[in-house]
Amino acid sequence: MVQKIENQYKEILNQYMQRQSEQNLYVGQNFSRQLISENISPEEVISVHKAAMQEIYGELPEFVWHSFDFLIEMMINYGLALQERQSLLQRQEELRVEMDLAANVQETLLKTPMPALAGLDIGLLSIPARKMNGDYIYFISDSEGHAGIAVADVIGKGLPAALCMSMVKFGMDSLNNSPADPKEVLGVINRVVEKSIDDSMFVSMFYGKYDSNDSTLTYGSAGHEPAILYRAKSNSFEELYAKGLLLGVSPAASYEQHTVQLEKDDLVIMMTDGVTEGRTDEGFIEREVIFELIDQKKDEPAQRIVQFVYDELERMQNAELRDDFTLVIYKKV
Amino acid sequence: MSNQSSVEILTEWDIVAARQLGRNVAKELGFGTVDQARITTAISELARNIYLYAGQGRIEIQQLTENGLKGILIIAADQGPGIPDIRKVMEDGFSTSGGLGAGLPGVKRLMDEFRIETIPGEGTDIRATKWLR
Ligand SMILES: Nc1ncnc2c1ncn2[C@@H]1O[C@H](COP(=O)(O)OP(=O)(O)OP(=O)(O)O)[C@@H](O)[C@H]1O
Ligand SMILES: [Mg+2]
Repeated sequence: MVQKIENQYKEILNQYMQRQSEQNLYVGQNFSRQLISENISPEEVISVHKAAMQEIYGELPEFVWHSFDFLIEMMINYGLALQERQSLLQRQEELRVEMDLAANVQETLLKTPMPALAGLDIGLLSIPARKMNGDYIYFISDSEGHAGIAVADVIGKGLPAALCMSMVKFGMDSLNNSPADPKEVLGVINRVVEKSIDDSMFVSMFYGKYDSNDSTLTYGSAGHEPAILYRAKSNSFEELYAKGLLLGVSPAASYEQHTVQLEKDDLVIMMTDGVTEGRTDEGFIEREVIFELIDQKKDEPAQRIVQFVYDELERMQNAELRDDFTLVIYKKV
Repeated sequence: MSNQSSVEILTEWDIVAARQLGRNVAKELGFGTVDQARITTAISELARNIYLYAGQGRIEIQQLTENGLKGILIIAADQGPGIPDIRKVMEDGFSTSGGLGAGLPGVKRLMDEFRIETIPGEGTDIRATKWLR
């Protein structure tokens, strides 16, 4: 193989020595790609060059040969840099595969069954900015028509956020599928997060408990983006605000809760800040923009509204998702 | 069968002497210019590590003949502080010069065989071989 390369190189070099045309240089450059793909190092190329010169010209002044030997010495570290690059590329590929696997594991781990409740149509979408999702939705429901939803967001993205999220899941699992009051749920998860998660990690969470017997939603928030309530009767939007510290800040934190009565065609819109903090060329996306989008589709099923809002926001941001995006809509039917 | 000679590494100039010894032996064995340059680069890196991190030590060059194959063996030995985290050191991109020098991973690439024994507090013994093809 080396012999073949030497012959080809000599041939191409010889052409060029006879006529210094662009055409011959082009042929030479194409050949160099082949050399790289066959892992021929720069020092070897110079050695091949030297051998070709010897064959073409025979006698040349000594200093010419010395200069090639010097050049070979100069190229050794370039050759090593090239090999290092190859091994780093391979390592990067391994990491990519590992991340894909981890993302699959996360998906399975964080799967949550959507409850079927009389009088409630639910739409949801959760899309990670990178491979791993730092947003999380968890449903709890019992047989008496109660269903709880937690919408959580780890401050941060990627792998650390995803690992952190599994703690929130275990905390929610410990509630044993009883959709308790928001104050209580947020208090429990706050203690789990405070105990088991790194001091620099914080989680915000909205928790809403829906009672299908009287169509009420009781909600609380741990420093989370306020949910939005759309009132069909008055065609107006209001924020569902509740006071409470981020999870993991203080074990003694306590949480407020409030209750609202839902009427037919009302919407409850729960989200993470990836929805509102998207940026367009003109700056942050205002909440009014989201109100407007929802207003356009409010008569459609919840899932269609969610998808529409996502598609439109993605379009406004030139398909660049900077943060994990999670949107859930409850529609009272 | 082996033929040996060595250079004590005490000052930066001894690095040059070790290179020279390695090049002479490599040339004598019949290694081509490219392999000579690789072998001396490996010696350079090992000698420089001794000079920088152990203060003093020794580079030994041996000629090898095994099953009709000829080769060169570099031994770099010192009684310096040793290398505590050898796995990290062998990772690409770890060396303090940030990939500018060959470092120990580079020595491994330049040679055919590479073995390192190091005990924290006692010293380091590195052996690297290249076979003539
Ligand atoms: N003989 C030695 N004794 C003690 N420590 C050593 C020795 N050789 C190497 N080390 C340690 O291993 C590390 C890695 O060495 P390596 O030669 O790979 O890279 P470097 O010397 O840091 O940078 P360069 O790329 O310039 O060689 C050194 O920073 C040093 O801490
Ligand atoms: Mg070094």
